[in-house]
Amino acid sequence: MVASTITDEPTRRDFLFIATGAVGVVGAAAAVWPFLSQMSPDATTLAAASIEVDIGNIAPGQIVTVKWRGKPVFISHRTPAEIEAARATPLSELPDPATDESRAPNPEWLIVVGICTHLGCVPIGNEGPYNGYFCPCHGSVYDASGRIRQGPAPSNLAIPPYKFAGDAKVTIG
Amino acid sequence: MSGHPTYVPTHPAAQWLERRLPILGLLHSSFVVFPNPRNLNYWWTFGGILSFMLAAQIATGVVLVMHYTPQASLAFASVEHIMRDVNYGWLFRYAHANGASMFFVALYIHMFRGMYYGSYKEPREVLWLLGILIYLLTIATAFMGYVLPWGQMSFWGATVITSLFSAVPFVGDSITTWLWGGYAVDNATLNRFFSLHYLLPFMIAGVVVLHIWALHVPGSNNPTGLEPKTAKDTLPFHPYFTVKDGFALACFLIFFSWFIFYVPNYLNHADNYIEANPLQTPAHIVPEWYYLPFYAILRSIPSKLGGTIAMFAAVLIFAFLPWLDSSRIKSAVYRPLYKIAFWAFVVCAVLLGYVGAQPPEGVYVLAARLLTAYYFLHFLVILPLLGIYEKPRPLPASIADSVLGPPKEAIHADANPAHPRKSG
Repeated sequence: MVASTITDEPTRRDFLFIATGAVGVVGAAAAVWPFLSQMSPDATTLAAASIEVDIGNIAPGQIVTVKWRGKPVFISHRTPAEIEAARATPLSELPDPATDESRAPNPEWLIVVGICTHLGCVPIGNEGPYNGYFCPCHGSVYDASGRIRQGPAPSNLAIPPYKFAGDAKVTIG
Repeated sequence: MSGHPTYVPTHPAAQWLERRLPILGLLHSSFVVFPNPRNLNYWWTFGGILSFMLAAQIATGVVLVMHYTPQASLAFASVEHIMRDVNYGWLFRYAHANGASMFFVALYIHMFRGMYYGSYKEPREVLWLLGILIYLLTIATAFMGYVLPWGQMSFWGATVITSLFSAVPFVGDSITTWLWGGYAVDNATLNRFFSLHYLLPFMIAGVVVLHIWALHVPGSNNPTGLEPKTAKDTLPFHPYFTVKDGFALACFLIFFSWFIFYVPNYLNHADNYIEANPLQTPAHIVPEWYYLPFYAILRSIPSKLGGTIAMFAAVLIFAFLPWLDSSRIKSAVYRPLYKIAFWAFVVCAVLLGYVGAQPPEGVYVLAARLLTAYYFLHFLVILPLLGIYEKPRPLPASIADSVLGPPKEAIHADANPAHPRKSG
């Protein structure tokens, strides 16, 4: 140790040493923060957070992809058969249990973020053994409610915040 | 290892400089008279080849940046501009893109040579760890460089690899958003990758200097794994190894040139000539060939977090080799069982690469799982146990003996007559 005193008592020098070190650590942390923070989404990215989509001309059985926050969002106009199959699926068969009612309050429309919850690829619509979505990257399979059924993805396709505005419009974000 | 002449500057200018900065003496002792084991084979030439490739990548990369635009809406077109409009732009781009692959070819040969001859063992552990650090930096550099042309494979490769971090519990999504600078891979991501892709090669160059420094403390390992004992065991770096390295480099450059001039896109993917489209993933996405074994390991674990951990573990486990391999014998030449295990591991790694390029279905899923299990078995079970149960073959008395055979009688009067020469 540096302490050259004979007694075990902390000296004024010890206090100055610790106090200087503490101020130095706080100062270094304060200097590092901007370097980390600048990498987070900037103001323009945060601002472009809401879109309005015309859904009047989406036919039953059709899935339309729109871009929201740089990501694809699937707007699926589901057929009665798809709705029935999705609602009839027992929760015990689902790795990430969620009822179709909770995912599509308006049963004709399923609106999900089209990003596979495994590693971020875009799944292909109306594909796979459950006639829902199939991810070509690593083989994850989702059903017509966007719920994970097979493969490495850990959870269901995410639901973005959205609101219907009348019969023919939806606001996402 | 004494007996080689030290540097004595003769020219007055050299004497003037040497008194102020003894850099000529340092270069002379490191690359002219440095004593290398006399029995180094051609597998030892890849360090020099890698140094050349690093310099070549920096040179071609600096030129490409003079014509490239790191902006999401312009990047793809600027690469085509380089290919079509810039004088020799096609040459620089093909040399740089294939140069990355050549770098990995040489790097993997260099690593496997170290594994075959036990070069990571005492006293070269720090040398090995610095090499692993170079490998990690190279992986990161090559990954970010592949994103810059902003084609479909660039974009989706970047998405998949950065999404690996979303597997981290609780904060995963925040980490990926921070890495991307947005909610998806976009212009902010491209810009930071460009910045880091320019920075990291210079960091690699810095670690290479440390790597060579750590090499020159104990000197090179050699095919026998014995340390040099007398001047008879070594030869000066120049001319013996400058010529050998130079010849190997010339052969390697022929191989490199074949790619540049005859099959420049063989290692690329057609999808990367389609501009990045964040709304559509290509039907079959695979990483560059040099990541394929790790990609196969990632996909073989049926769990997102588990796969990510296994993939990172598969890379980082190389850093623990000096402590996982329990044998005191370095070279596989004298380790009959390790020689088999080594080649089995090479086959396992190559097969993992093949499986990684195939779609994740059917027999490939099972194959990937078995190969992944064997990959870790090699490091965690086979290597520690072999050192205990394997009976090594007898070692020669010295490096010189391994080349010349045990001497029948003392030829040189200055050779140590008391030196024991039993095995050989």
